[in-house]
Amino acid sequence: MTIRHHLDDSTLLAYAAGSLPQGMALLVACHLHNCPHCRQTLLQAEAVGGALLQALEPAPLDPQALQAVMARLDQPDTKRSEAGSVAAAARNSDLPVPLQQHLSGDLASLPWRRMGYGMQHIDLKLAGPGTTRLLKIAPGISVPHHTHGGNELTLILRGSYADEIGRFCAGDVADLDDTVQHQPIVDTDQDCICLIATDAPLRFSGLMGRLAQPFIGM
Amino acid sequence: MQEDEPLGGDVKAASTPIINSISSDQLEPWSALLVRLGGERDKAVFAQLFQHFAPRLQAYIMRLGMPRASAEELSQEAMLLVWRKAEMYKPAKARASSWIFTLARNLCIDRMRREKAVECELFEEYMEHDQAEAPEQLLLEDRMQQAIALLPENQAQVLQLCFYEGKSHAEIAQQLAIPLGSVKSRMRLAFDKLKAHWGEAQ
Repeated sequence: MTIRHHLDDSTLLAYAAGSLPQGMALLVACHLHNCPHCRQTLLQAEAVGGALLQALEPAPLDPQALQAVMARLDQPDTKRSEAGSVAAAARNSDLPVPLQQHLSGDLASLPWRRMGYGMQHIDLKLAGPGTTRLLKIAPGISVPHHTHGGNELTLILRGSYADEIGRFCAGDVADLDDTVQHQPIVDTDQDCICLIATDAPLRFSGLMGRLAQPFIGM
Repeated sequence: MQEDEPLGGDVKAASTPIINSISSDQLEPWSALLVRLGGERDKAVFAQLFQHFAPRLQAYIMRLGMPRASAEELSQEAMLLVWRKAEMYKPAKARASSWIFTLARNLCIDRMRREKAVECELFEEYMEHDQAEAPEQLLLEDRMQQAIALLPENQAQVLQLCFYEGKSHAEIAQQLAIPLGSVKSRMRLAFDKLKAHWGEAQ
């Protein structure tokens, strides 16, 4: 997988800080899974967190705190066994590993719902602001021209699309905000499947967009 | 340097193995101590790390908006994780402070969203295969801190709101009454300056 479009530094900083909305954090995790370049930047962003932690004025602790923790050091760790099951599941699905926390099966067998306009979707119904959904767009279909009221992250899982910014293929991420207006079009004969996470509703522009918004509901 | 730098010259003890081709005497003292904890499981070493990091974790978690009692509980949980996971710490990847920060951050995400912060933990496995940082890039914590202190106020402010208060881009934009794009560009500018220090020779 050759990745050409990466996450914005401000997105990776927010991820490192733990301040991204849940769906965007999930999408970032999926991209990082395949992208050594962004993992390297994440280490630097986490180093900012480390330096900020060091710089904090220490808060007074309960005088018993050290003793309390020392007393627990020899207790068995009850939570460690869960991680293995996630890793095992990963080998049996073409979904990005972090997404397997929320969906099971393969991309093809997911419970897709028709939206019209040649698009199908699955809403992950995550808590917090914005929406997180998988979108399957048929060849030649163009998503109406839109801007974003906030941030919109799109991770291509299969197929590709092209827009004013460039061509996006599997693994690429489009990290956009309200300064960008674009009209993606699926540019091969294969469905394009992507994961989209926003922190605010989209704003479609033009008559077509305004008509489509209530149906697409993003 | 920190006034409470780890005690004793034995931080560089011969028993500390060379890990990812970085020997402990090239590491800043807290990272060297954490490597030693992973190797020796020495409770006295843990106590030193606790006394340095637990009060800072407590301060961090309280700034995220946790009540004092929860912050105490979480900072203790985080230090317990430091003990349990110390063997997995890779000094070539991150300084002790960064590594401990990410452990605490994941715990807080867990608690606040009542969801597992699996996303972040999954990387431990394949991060190992990524190319290691050059050792000199890990020696710059002091410089990084100085660089943060030298950031223009409006750039330092967005970093602090993001890291210390856990505010999203949109929340920061709203609080400061500036466009979303300005929040992000201030964060990018700040990060560019800090990254420049990252790769710089001593």
